[in-house]
Amino acid sequence: MSAIPLLEARSVSKRFGHVQALDGANFSVYPAEICALIGDNGAGKSTLVKILSGADRPDTGRILLEGREVALAGPLAAQQMGIATVYQDLALAPDLAASDNLFLGREIVRGGVLGRLGFLDRREMRARAARQFARLSVRLRSPRVPVSSLSGGQRQSVAIARAAMWADKVIFMDEPTAALGVAQTARVIDLIRQVRDQGIAVVLISHNMTQVIEIADRVEVLRLGKRVARIDKSAATVEGLVAAMTSAPAREEAA
Amino acid sequence: MNWSKSAAVRESCATPDACATDPQQTLYERLHHFAGGGWILILLLVLVAGFWIARPAQFGSTYNLTMLAVNAAILLVLSVGQTYVIVSAGIDLSVGAVLVFSSVASAQTMLWLSGEPAGTFGTTSGGWGVIAAGLLVAVASGAAWGALNGALVALVRIPALIVTLGSLGMALGLAQVLTGGVDVRAVPDLLVTQVGNGTLLGIPMLVVIAALVAIVAAIALHLTRFGLQVFAVGSNAEAARRSGIRLRRRIVSVYMLSGMLAGLAAMMSIARFSTTTINGHAMDNLSTISAVVLGGTSLFGGVGTMMGTVIGVFIPIVLLNGFVILGIPPFWQTVAMGAVLILAVWIDQIKRRVRQG
Repeated sequence: MSAIPLLEARSVSKRFGHVQALDGANFSVYPAEICALIGDNGAGKSTLVKILSGADRPDTGRILLEGREVALAGPLAAQQMGIATVYQDLALAPDLAASDNLFLGREIVRGGVLGRLGFLDRREMRARAARQFARLSVRLRSPRVPVSSLSGGQRQSVAIARAAMWADKVIFMDEPTAALGVAQTARVIDLIRQVRDQGIAVVLISHNMTQVIEIADRVEVLRLGKRVARIDKSAATVEGLVAAMTSAPAREEAA
Repeated sequence: MNWSKSAAVRESCATPDACATDPQQTLYERLHHFAGGGWILILLLVLVAGFWIARPAQFGSTYNLTMLAVNAAILLVLSVGQTYVIVSAGIDLSVGAVLVFSSVASAQTMLWLSGEPAGTFGTTSGGWGVIAAGLLVAVASGAAWGALNGALVALVRIPALIVTLGSLGMALGLAQVLTGGVDVRAVPDLLVTQVGNGTLLGIPMLVVIAALVAIVAAIALHLTRFGLQVFAVGSNAEAARRSGIRLRRRIVSVYMLSGMLAGLAAMMSIARFSTTTINGHAMDNLSTISAVVLGGTSLFGGVGTMMGTVIGVFIPIVLLNGFVILGIPPFWQTVAMGAVLILAVWIDQIKRRVRQG
């Protein structure tokens, strides 16, 4: 673990009406690791992820990217800094091909006059998409068929490959395997490791403790809006994680 | 873990082109994509072949085939705009009413510029300058109605069905207010002779205009960034928004395009009939929607082809023409069209279910 976290939240608080969603929470993720973020319902996981991916602003607290304080004005600003989120269902246009989905909003146009008129360079888009899929060992029936005709696992793979294409620092994944079968889950987990091996940090939000222990390099536990534990892979057990999530005293340990 | 398999996959995709080429896309899939479902093209070919074989002298005559194309021209221009709107998961019920409003505004402008009193009957001596001004008025008023539709759908978030139903009433009503309900029955002679009845290399000018519109619109829809973003908006608006596509701007531009094409169709209508036709466009919205849907464009958005729309426009026109030639009461065309439309939507739903199943 390197000394400076890639992305760090320091004493972040966020209140929605009477609900204190985050209460001085800390969080850090280091380069090229899979960090699981776990916590019971209402612990503040999704609020923290929204704040760290630019979808929400904290009331108080600081966000540091590579040791420098940053202001994430919105999801697009976060994406430009190399931070992306893979949402459960909302990431893809189901009627478009995988390659078109990879370049949604960032389409490649041809050179010269045709490019100024907005003509797409589909050959280049397909080639780059194929390279990206090959780099991550994602295998599709065909990159040209609509995403909706792919299996759930392949769709999730396209969404992850898309995030990994545009975010070079951190990708947040919210329950990436929740809707998948066993074989598809294994493939997506493989893909998450591939993304890490490309040097991108992955923050995995999951309720599946067995899976967390299987793939996470490190676990950070949230409880009642605070971080209550940071557990290394070697020390993690299902019982230990569940205990940290539910029964451990809600104190903030020294970061 | 499965590193050995991963390595094998990497190898098989060692060069990008090896992965980019797509051996699994069959000729059928390509045709399917091109013609928007394939079966509707086959239906059109069967209809044409059937009528041709039954009455080769009448149906197959150059005159009859030319008239088929002229009859299709105005509807095609409207349907091109409708295709964009439906691909973006919207709907435009106002196309016929916007056509009427634009034609009235344009015809009155041309009449006034020609210095003729209102209520003139026949043709005027207005030159190309007057016609250009009329075209400008027609397209601009169409664009304005489209902008209103798009703004209400995208910014105020009223369902497109209601917005365009409302603007249908407003555009038609205002056209009647402008004219007192009486058609403007005098238009520049040049417009009627050169455009309405004129030809270019033996092809009716109206057909040339419609074909150009369809070709340019097909290229823009299928080959440009704008077109791809329209598909993305129709397929999953939220995904499009999150990936940085300017969703509202896209929606407004699609309705404006539909309005502008209705304005162009208004000019074509004036040129063809040498009068406005206030009461002649009540069915245009349903005709264009059925043409678009017959052509394989999904009412749910995100799927469609311009080629399919071209085929879809010709189905009712060929049916009516064939029925008249065969001596079948033409009212049966309406019955047949209704049945074909329901069939088309049914097939679209089956295709969706198969893909998602």
